[in-house]
Amino acid sequence: MANILVYIETKKGEVREFSLEALNTARKVADASGGKVYALLIGKTDGFDETLAHYGADVVLKVTDDKLENYLTVPYAKAVRAAMDKAEAKVFLLSATSLGKDLAPRVAAKFGVPMVSDITGLEYRDGKFEVVKPLYAGKVYGTFELSAEPAIISLRPKIFEKGEPDTSRSTSSEELSVDLTDDDFRAKVLQVKEKETGEIDVTEADIIVSGGRGVKGPEGFELLRQLIDVLNKAGVGKVALGASRVAVDSGWIDHSHQVGQTGKVVAPKLYMAFGISGAIQHLAGMRTSKVIVAVNKDPEAPIFKVADYGIVDDLFKVVPELIKELKEVYKVD
Amino acid sequence: MKILVLLKKVPDTGLTLQVKPDGSDIVRDNITYVINPYDEFAIEEALRIKEKLGDVETVAISVGDEGAKEQIRTALAMGIDRGILVKVDGFWDLDGYTTAMMLKDIIEKEGFDLILTGKMAVDDYNSQVPSYIAEFFNIPQASYIVKLELEGNTAKVERELETGMEEWELPLPAILTCEKGLNEPRYPSLRGIMQAKKKPIDVVEPSVSPAGTFKKVKLAPPPEKAPGKIIDKEFPESVKELVRLLREEAKVL
Repeated sequence: MANILVYIETKKGEVREFSLEALNTARKVADASGGKVYALLIGKTDGFDETLAHYGADVVLKVTDDKLENYLTVPYAKAVRAAMDKAEAKVFLLSATSLGKDLAPRVAAKFGVPMVSDITGLEYRDGKFEVVKPLYAGKVYGTFELSAEPAIISLRPKIFEKGEPDTSRSTSSEELSVDLTDDDFRAKVLQVKEKETGEIDVTEADIIVSGGRGVKGPEGFELLRQLIDVLNKAGVGKVALGASRVAVDSGWIDHSHQVGQTGKVVAPKLYMAFGISGAIQHLAGMRTSKVIVAVNKDPEAPIFKVADYGIVDDLFKVVPELIKELKEVYKVD
Repeated sequence: MKILVLLKKVPDTGLTLQVKPDGSDIVRDNITYVINPYDEFAIEEALRIKEKLGDVETVAISVGDEGAKEQIRTALAMGIDRGILVKVDGFWDLDGYTTAMMLKDIIEKEGFDLILTGKMAVDDYNSQVPSYIAEFFNIPQASYIVKLELEGNTAKVERELETGMEEWELPLPAILTCEKGLNEPRYPSLRGIMQAKKKPIDVVEPSVSPAGTFKKVKLAPPPEKAPGKIIDKEFPESVKELVRLLREEAKVL
């Protein structure tokens, strides 16, 4: 087995957790089959070596360049291509974040090979990868075999373990220069507006508090935001606000919160569905959540079929009581 | 100006899908198909550009089976000028690379200033084809756009990411992938539906076939979930019990 290259995303001076998941997955494949793990940093590359070593990198490759501080598809794909050569890698792994989904196929195109995206399971056997990926937003699971060389695979965030850091590990690092021309910078980043601190996207959340038709309007979402506020104060993880398609299409909340087949697919440790009946396309987007709570007045609502814990009651009674209870338990205001 | 819109026929997202007993495919009898919802944003955006600039030709292209003419016809009824079907039976098993290769020849032949398509297809969740095509034609790309302004030969876009928003500027020709929020796709008007009947849909055979390095092994239903419990205590005890269970049993709080 040859070497594996992993693209590492960083944000606000830290390695994104999803990249650690990809790194640890690469480590496991490399351990089982021989070969080295190369972690690739592009743009700002200082200060990540130790973390990357602890999570499995043998070598850190760095394409350090101020012009690459913000992601741009073309020069990044070119950098990955150069890093593949440098690492003599036959496998390229990365997380299927919005960046990863944009980048990976452009790299695959450079090699003229098919790739697999957004997978939830992976096994390496006899020089081939067998991968599992949800289709139709998880209504069906497909098993596929990828024998292309190189094998380019993006991993669905929050599915693969990032593992425990091994602090005894160390890494060497190498600077890699990539020949970039003006032509590679035809697209330009004019502005980056990062989400405000505390505002978590549903795909990044540990806990999602989600509302549907039963929330009845923007005011209902305000109530859910109060619950999120208490959960944040309780310090139980990153909490995000989710919504069903009905709530979004009714204009009660921005579409970036939408969970489902036509929204975002999520896999938090806890998904709390308030006033969501559980249309098939919504269930498709959240059924891989580890624990699901449903609160709905209608005992026949399909959401109860996937819920681990259900309360058949009015959310406008339950949520304020839940806020009160959490404040007591966690001793927060 | 010429705009190509890439679209895909997908099962209606409201459907429950069954897997065939031999795991070879989903049961496709009685399935209703729709235009991939994200591709509808691309169609709508192309139409808005045409309405604004006037001298714009819009072409819808799809890799699909004979039945995919229906989805192309819907795009024509919305207002797209003409359609091209790259006819492939069982197109849902194609990998993104092969699909993009099948589109390559026809795109080359047509020429374009702008290619618009959805950010992903809701059947395979791949988001691959646009990036492959961008590389094949050596053009810049911007994905997940929720805002587009054309100024002469320059596209200014807003991209929506899980980490925030980005504003990009790129020269045409380019390929852009559309995210929900870009626009509100129109429904075909009765007049549009009548006109669409007269608009041409060219059918072409693909010039490539899959390389065989990506293979479907089997399909299966999603993993079963153990049945959950309905908390049968009276309010407000039910809420206390829920918090207790989440902390002590599920250990997620």
